[in-house]
Amino acid sequence: MDKRYAIPSGDFTHAGQASSEIKRLLKQLNIPPKIIKRVVVSLYEAEVNVVAHSLGGEVLCSIDSEHIKITVSDRGPGIPDVGLAMSEGYSTASQEVREMGFGAGMGLPNMRNNSDEMDIKTSPEGTSIFMNISFKEN
Amino acid sequence: MKGVSFHHALTVREELCQGCTRCMRNCPTEAIRLFHGKAHVHPDKCIDCGQCMDACPFDAIVIEQDDFEKIFSYNYRVAILPSVFIGQFADDIPERYIYKSLLDIGFNEVYEAEFGVDILQTIGNRFSTYADDKPVISSYCPAIVRLIQIKYPTLVKHINLLRPPVEITAMYIRKKLLDRGIDPKDIGIFYVTPCAAKIAQIKSPEQQKPEDIFTGVINLDYIYNLVQSNISKNKKILEEISSDLPIPPLTPDAGLWSLTTGESSTVSGRTLAIDEIHNVIDFLEKLENDEVKNLDFLELRACAGGCAGGVLNPGNRFLAKERLFHRSQSMKEITLEQEAMICMQASYLQHYIKRDRIEAKAVFQLDEDISKALEKLENYQKVVNALPGIDCGLCGAPTCSALAEDISKGIADITQCAVLKLRRTDDNLAIKKVWGNSLEPHQP
Repeated sequence: MDKRYAIPSGDFTHAGQASSEIKRLLKQLNIPPKIIKRVVVSLYEAEVNVVAHSLGGEVLCSIDSEHIKITVSDRGPGIPDVGLAMSEGYSTASQEVREMGFGAGMGLPNMRNNSDEMDIKTSPEGTSIFMNISFKEN
Repeated sequence: MKGVSFHHALTVREELCQGCTRCMRNCPTEAIRLFHGKAHVHPDKCIDCGQCMDACPFDAIVIEQDDFEKIFSYNYRVAILPSVFIGQFADDIPERYIYKSLLDIGFNEVYEAEFGVDILQTIGNRFSTYADDKPVISSYCPAIVRLIQIKYPTLVKHINLLRPPVEITAMYIRKKLLDRGIDPKDIGIFYVTPCAAKIAQIKSPEQQKPEDIFTGVINLDYIYNLVQSNISKNKKILEEISSDLPIPPLTPDAGLWSLTTGESSTVSGRTLAIDEIHNVIDFLEKLENDEVKNLDFLELRACAGGCAGGVLNPGNRFLAKERLFHRSQSMKEITLEQEAMICMQASYLQHYIKRDRIEAKAVFQLDEDISKALEKLENYQKVVNALPGIDCGLCGAPTCSALAEDISKGIADITQCAVLKLRRTDDNLAIKKVWGNSLEPHQP
């Protein structure tokens, strides 16, 4: 099953909509709570990233009986230094974003820590992040 | 996750139910459906919060209780009251009249449930929290504990495993009576409940034990009537006969414990108190999304105003709250003598201070088998898009999405949707004025 959500740039009031809805669907599928938590954290961070840093984008979630695959893509401007962005506490968020309580520099590290597989492709034209989370508890 | 149903205190009296849908639309867990014009409660989804009872204009939803006469099967009868009981009475009725009347109607001893807070503070020097994750969520309100069990499985590990003060009070009293040499068979400890959730908790097979904490539960409104009529009949002599009546001990903190912020204000760190079940649900959604940072403790209550808003309270909740605040100003700290008495039972109580681990219950799953659940979920998505999305309740389900869920589970049919039917008829101009000509499904 595929679910697609558009994420407009700069609209923090609606960040979290995709993660809330996916959370509800996963409960209907009786996915273990620990796994739901990991999906929700990864997805929420991804949503906030697109809102805070990009020109807008979308999230695509593909759910089958074994895993959820999340693809987050935006229309730029890209991550200048992916290695640095992956380190905890590093943030390029503006003062405005930080004042809203976002931008602690935990976005990408949190997504990596909570997914089984993660891949980032970035260029000035846009960033695409792929995450895979298995429904099996290890 | 276990699929076992909870014990429920709320029941629908079908002969009074008019099928008005008010309860169904107010239920925070979408546990109610209409069949043959009567409300039916889904036992797995009901958390006994009492919203339905509050919404029912026909008194068709009732809370079970033990027969009051049951207390007389015991030679030694103890009543444990919530503090809010005192707040139900007019301000010109002194507390001693209320206590004396409770003895007059048949109890040998009366305690306030919140005395358990003083016991816990005395034996632990502070109010302790035991949970795997922060913020710790109070386990005081049983409706909230159940809400988290069924709707927020990822948050179960946040619930404080401290035994609720009301149970500590009952265990303390029972132990004291046993130490006095009273035969366990002769002891009857009865809780006077302001809500359905507390009865459901006490009567749940998974709780209770440690020598059966409560013998029975009686509804607060029932006891209120007995006490009020005793006061009305004996007003003239009550002044004299209650003059030297000892009032059970209670500190100001404990006396305000059951009101909103009563508990959170005694816990250290950053705390938050949220009351009324819909407010709590909004907040738990945020907490589950990991959007809430740096909080240490959450006091969550199903009723507005905390226990003062309990559905069985006959009085006004704001007046009740005011009376409790007013009386807390003249309440005193525990005396050394009381402290010594509590400490005598400390080692016994410490043994039971933690309750059993709380398990999540998967009641919203569409199917045990994930592939089948996924199929049903796809079906659900299709149906929900086809439905009008106005949540009118005429189909017998509280929302269009609840109907879609029932359809995908095979327990409801899309022909139940009255709005789709009306939109398909050509001649109903009056209805079209309201809803337009469109036959298009709504866009979620």
